[in-house]
Amino acid sequence: MAREDESIFLLVGDVGYRLVEPFAREFPERFVNIGIAEQNMVGIAAGLALSGKTVFLYSIANFPTVRCVEQIRNDVCYHKANVKIVTAGGGLIYGALGPTHHLTEDVALMRALPNMTVIAPGDPLEAGLVTQAAALLSGPCYLRLGRTGDPQVHHVTPDFQIGRAIKLRDGRDITLIASGGILPNVCRAAENLAGQHIEALVLSMHTVKPVDKEAVLDAARDTGAIVTIEEHSVLGGLGSAVAEVIAESGLGVPFLRMGLPDEFISQVGSRDYLRNIYSLSTDGIVSSVKKFLKQKKR
Amino acid sequence: MTNRAHSSHIGGCLSAAELLAVLYGGILRVDPSKPDWPERDRFILSKGHAAAAAYAVLAERGFFPLEWLDSFYLDGSHLAGHITRGVPGVEASTGSLGHGLSIGCGMALADKHDGKSCRIFVLLSDGECDEGSTWEAALFAPHHKLDNLIAIIDYNKIQSLGRVKEVLDLEPFADKWQACGWAVFEIDGHNVEAIEKALLGVPPEKEKPTCIIAHTVKGKGVSFMENKLAWHYQFPDDDQLRQALEELGVSG
Repeated sequence: MAREDESIFLLVGDVGYRLVEPFAREFPERFVNIGIAEQNMVGIAAGLALSGKTVFLYSIANFPTVRCVEQIRNDVCYHKANVKIVTAGGGLIYGALGPTHHLTEDVALMRALPNMTVIAPGDPLEAGLVTQAAALLSGPCYLRLGRTGDPQVHHVTPDFQIGRAIKLRDGRDITLIASGGILPNVCRAAENLAGQHIEALVLSMHTVKPVDKEAVLDAARDTGAIVTIEEHSVLGGLGSAVAEVIAESGLGVPFLRMGLPDEFISQVGSRDYLRNIYSLSTDGIVSSVKKFLKQKKR
Repeated sequence: MTNRAHSSHIGGCLSAAELLAVLYGGILRVDPSKPDWPERDRFILSKGHAAAAAYAVLAERGFFPLEWLDSFYLDGSHLAGHITRGVPGVEASTGSLGHGLSIGCGMALADKHDGKSCRIFVLLSDGECDEGSTWEAALFAPHHKLDNLIAIIDYNKIQSLGRVKEVLDLEPFADKWQACGWAVFEIDGHNVEAIEKALLGVPPEKEKPTCIIAHTVKGKGVSFMENKLAWHYQFPDDDQLRQALEELGVSG
């Protein structure tokens, strides 16, 4: 993209070892390592954007968001500046590094900011499509990426549009809405459930803001029950976004938010180890959904 | 303006008055009829609470009608209590301290990249230099040789809850900026000639951003306001306004 669009700049917060070097080599005049100074990085991004540049800024975990929310709010969002905030490590990817590196409130924080588009792609294919779309979108955008080597879910390139959920699987019994890197587990869970005669409709809600209201309402009407799954706190993220739609629709469908509870994780372990503890493994999702459906029937 | 609107920050407006007047009086290469002129110099009021002063100067310069000032801070006004982009002539919205210098760095970086010869001026308060983000920018600009960036600090020695020396002493202030790699000047911030001389000489050293530390007096020009903390907050009542205008030599 940077080859075709000379206004694209990439700022990093002293991270991206073995990741950002190709860009830095090819476009040295448009690459800046700001140093470990995220508040400055966001301000600089805003200044560049106010000068006509399209700015991608990158760091990991909570650093480019939580660390500098006020700068994002006042310098980027308030100015509707063309800045794309990119983080890697969504959810519990940095698991064993501990809670300082668990990305679990970022979606909630970014979602509350006016003019911010919030996107958590579900697999590497979505991530690529999201990045291209974000570059064409004029204005602030938050891209919550996973990790290099994350499993790919899509076998065919989907028809992609920011704000439009992607239907991965049809079903009549229940809807599973996922956002971000938990998507592969949700898809596997749906396959598993199908083997137990539970047909789940699966949506990748890559864009949490603006959430695809129509997709949620259609799913509510078609399947009568909705479960959201995210590797993020149940407070303020995808679950809350979908809950807002359902609650205001008057449809009154049974609804469950699956995600991380409102606490810091004290156990030490990899992403998969921790997902297992919090029922976000494939099996965990399957049993939670079955339990939910049983309760719904009562 | 502050009397009518019952708004505060008059002390910090008066301390910056000459600085703003000289900047917009001839230093800044701007064209009020073309606020988006690509080759313009840009000014960021990082101490965004001095908006009343900045708006007054912008109106005088012709960026928008003087009548707008009458509704400053009032219901339905064009002009909010902190400076806001969207008002003609305003480059960045500020209000929370510690943001403007970083934004200025970004603008300076863009201009360098585009090969422009314009300058970016950022006016900071002394209290603002408590914010860590200010120092992030202070480290960044010299490292990236942004000699098209000029930081001006309104050093009136009083912040919001006390004198700077008592709250968080900045001294040796000039040394700090110099140590970060800036070309530093210290001037009397109320001496128009000194301000002009300093600003005409930028950048004094190639590849170094400039820091002009302007020694000022909070509430300057009004005897009962000078050096008084309370005037960070208070607005003058009608009698005080009358006396202030008399002392400043302005007809009411």
